[in-house]
Amino acid sequence: MAKTMDKVDVVTVGVGWTGGIVAAECAKAGLKVRGLERGKDRGTKDFTMIHDEYRYAVRYDLMQDLSKETITFRNTRKQRALPMRQLGSFLLGEGLGGAGTHWNGMVFRFFPYDFEIKTMTDKRYGKDKLSSDYLLRDWGITYDELEPYYDKFEKTVGVSGEDKNPFAGKRSSDYPTPPMKKSPLLKKFEKTSTDLGYHPYMIPSANLSEQYENPDGSTINACQYCGFCERFGCEYGAKSSPEVTVLPTAKKTGNYDVVFDANVVEILKQGDKVTGVKYVDTQTSEEFVQPADIVVLTSYVMNNAKLLMVSEIGEQYDPDTGKGSLGRNYCYQLGPGATGYYDEQMNTFMGAGALGMLFDDLNADNFDHSDLDFIHGSMLMLTQTGKRPIETNPVPSDVPTWGAEFKKASIQNYTRTLSVGGQAASMPHKENYLSLDSTYKDKYGVPLLSLTYNFTDQDRNLHKYLTQKAVEVSEKMGAKKTEAAAPIEDYDIVPYQSTHNTGGTIMGADPETSVVNNYLQHWDMDNLFVVGAGNFSHNSGRNPTGTVGALAYRCADGILQYHKKGGSLV
Amino acid sequence: MAEKNKNLSRREFLKTSGIAAGTLVGGGLIGGLVGYNAKSTDTKPAEPSGGGGKDDFRINRGLMFFQNPAEFKVLAHATERIFPEDDLGPGAMGLGVPYFIDNQLAGNYGSNSREYMQGPFYKGEPTQGYQTPLTRAELFRTGIAVMQEEANKRFDKDFTEIEDEQKDEILTDLQKDKITMKGTDSSFFFKLLRSATLEGAYADPIYNGNVDMAAWKMKDFPGHQMSYINEIEDEDFKKIDPKSISSMQH
Repeated sequence: MAKTMDKVDVVTVGVGWTGGIVAAECAKAGLKVRGLERGKDRGTKDFTMIHDEYRYAVRYDLMQDLSKETITFRNTRKQRALPMRQLGSFLLGEGLGGAGTHWNGMVFRFFPYDFEIKTMTDKRYGKDKLSSDYLLRDWGITYDELEPYYDKFEKTVGVSGEDKNPFAGKRSSDYPTPPMKKSPLLKKFEKTSTDLGYHPYMIPSANLSEQYENPDGSTINACQYCGFCERFGCEYGAKSSPEVTVLPTAKKTGNYDVVFDANVVEILKQGDKVTGVKYVDTQTSEEFVQPADIVVLTSYVMNNAKLLMVSEIGEQYDPDTGKGSLGRNYCYQLGPGATGYYDEQMNTFMGAGALGMLFDDLNADNFDHSDLDFIHGSMLMLTQTGKRPIETNPVPSDVPTWGAEFKKASIQNYTRTLSVGGQAASMPHKENYLSLDSTYKDKYGVPLLSLTYNFTDQDRNLHKYLTQKAVEVSEKMGAKKTEAAAPIEDYDIVPYQSTHNTGGTIMGADPETSVVNNYLQHWDMDNLFVVGAGNFSHNSGRNPTGTVGALAYRCADGILQYHKKGGSLV
Repeated sequence: MAEKNKNLSRREFLKTSGIAAGTLVGGGLIGGLVGYNAKSTDTKPAEPSGGGGKDDFRINRGLMFFQNPAEFKVLAHATERIFPEDDLGPGAMGLGVPYFIDNQLAGNYGSNSREYMQGPFYKGEPTQGYQTPLTRAELFRTGIAVMQEEANKRFDKDFTEIEDEQKDEILTDLQKDKITMKGTDSSFFFKLLRSATLEGAYADPIYNGNVDMAAWKMKDFPGHQMSYINEIEDEDFKKIDPKSISSMQH
């Protein structure tokens, strides 16, 4: 018999960036908020011994324990979906802060084009630019409508950047703090890309260039460029994370608490309203019911979708008929790029998660696609995140992968390679979607989420084009030898690629094809909100967190409006 | 090295191993899950030693996982071929890599305690990754037994007694899936062995490999440093004496 907790105004499922933002805004407004977090408490005090590549970067100490829960995966519907038994392609978060604890901290805005991609593509290239198998859609919101929320997220984080990108949407204010230090490697990339006619600028960073106090009174410290950022927590409190910003903001109101070891297994409902959630204490296996006036799904892409599916809220997408919105438009990203080998040693072991420069001349619709067999594009960037020795063993493709020759080459090249890389946009395809697995279950007896995903021709063409451009940049930078990224074939869940998974619970103007409206309010249940990168209808050619943060502020706005007046907000 | 013994080049390897196309930001070949819990670092460990070089490998430290010294020595010789001693510095044996692997196999890494190990098990496509019910500890024991059997069968000697080229031949056949193994493809075991060797060589010495930080010194990696804020803008390359996490005072 499940034990019933005291009722709260708002419960969030998961406590990372989105759960933290919603909590801070609602608690400041006087609502009682409770965060349910399946993992443990953690913060800066736990990161003093963080410079440990093996424990954190290789064995993923801060990330999801897959023995309890994972997903299943297949490339196509013809295959049998099998569990992702170990982490690889993307790194799922767990614990306070979620993946916001161990992100690199690149904070971008998507392009105005992204939000109206269908309309703008049709207008410029005609309706047949992509086949109807690609589920391209407008987002039901414009860049201008989202701009104030972007602004708010950037001020919370204290983003260090420079407003020098000619392709960016309009900003209502400059970045809160100046850009990071420009290392010689960045200058090399800057000069080359400028010479080639591109427009490079510093990556907007959540590793701050100087100490900063945000509007809520949280202080974020100055980055030390120690080279241990992605996959690690920051021992200096210099990488903006939920633990050093929105969570203290929520806590100091007195209206917020977090229950740890609380794994939500079901959203409870009655008629056309949700009434709360059911969770399991992961330590004792006891079941609890948490009643709430408003339920907000703030876990990662995968579990936001899974919880709706197991709770039978909304219609599951069916690739045969195209009907149903839940699970559709799952997208990812591609890694076009080139690696250059140099003679001189460089300080590649130094750096910060978001230390780098990029240009957007080949991103979004910033260049003419009339004669190209794809849409959208990718940033091209050079980053200096801190190369670490276990995972950095670069050797040219004709060198063996082990033995004497490998040892010599990998040691030689550790400080002598630079990569020009991208994060290429991913377009939705009817065969790429999320559903529930029929065979495998998590530790709590709930079916696993199943991912059906493969790269498409659009992806392959885009990857090939951008890779060629990256090769040109690398060669012009003076590399004695440049090797292009291999062409992409089938998506493989084994090697790390990117933790930029998107879609499955998309937003839109049309209840038939989207799960939530543009306040991230569920179409079928007025008091249920679902927020995160799952709301993206496609994935852009840059990092998603800036947009996730903006949507979370938008969502909080919607929750406060709903709390006052009820009903559908659109 | 004779052509038939030449192990796969990176290009061939990429084709068959599912290394991501593209420039990786980090991202190992075999993503593992959380392994060892923190060790106390407030006492200085006794001076470790790798157990000597490739011609004189003696077990001079306690083992946590292996019971049979012969088995452990097969592992040691295999890792040394993957990361051999040369004019740059010590190989896997000299770096204590076999001890690192032994310790890891005795812990969470060996028992797959943070991996999804529920059945049913099916072979699956290469793009679906790890699909064997065997834990890493079982895979290593099976793999070591196979290497020993192959040496006996092909050369009528133990793996530790055959020539370097002969060891390479067996390792290359494992890598190319030319050897049958129970419950897994031999290439999968080989990837695990290769990854573990590099992990042991380059992890912080608190994990009992990378003796004297010799692997870091070869690579010019400074290990645990508090800050590079005063060097990040400098043009010249910085050679910095490496530090282990165990050097920290709390």
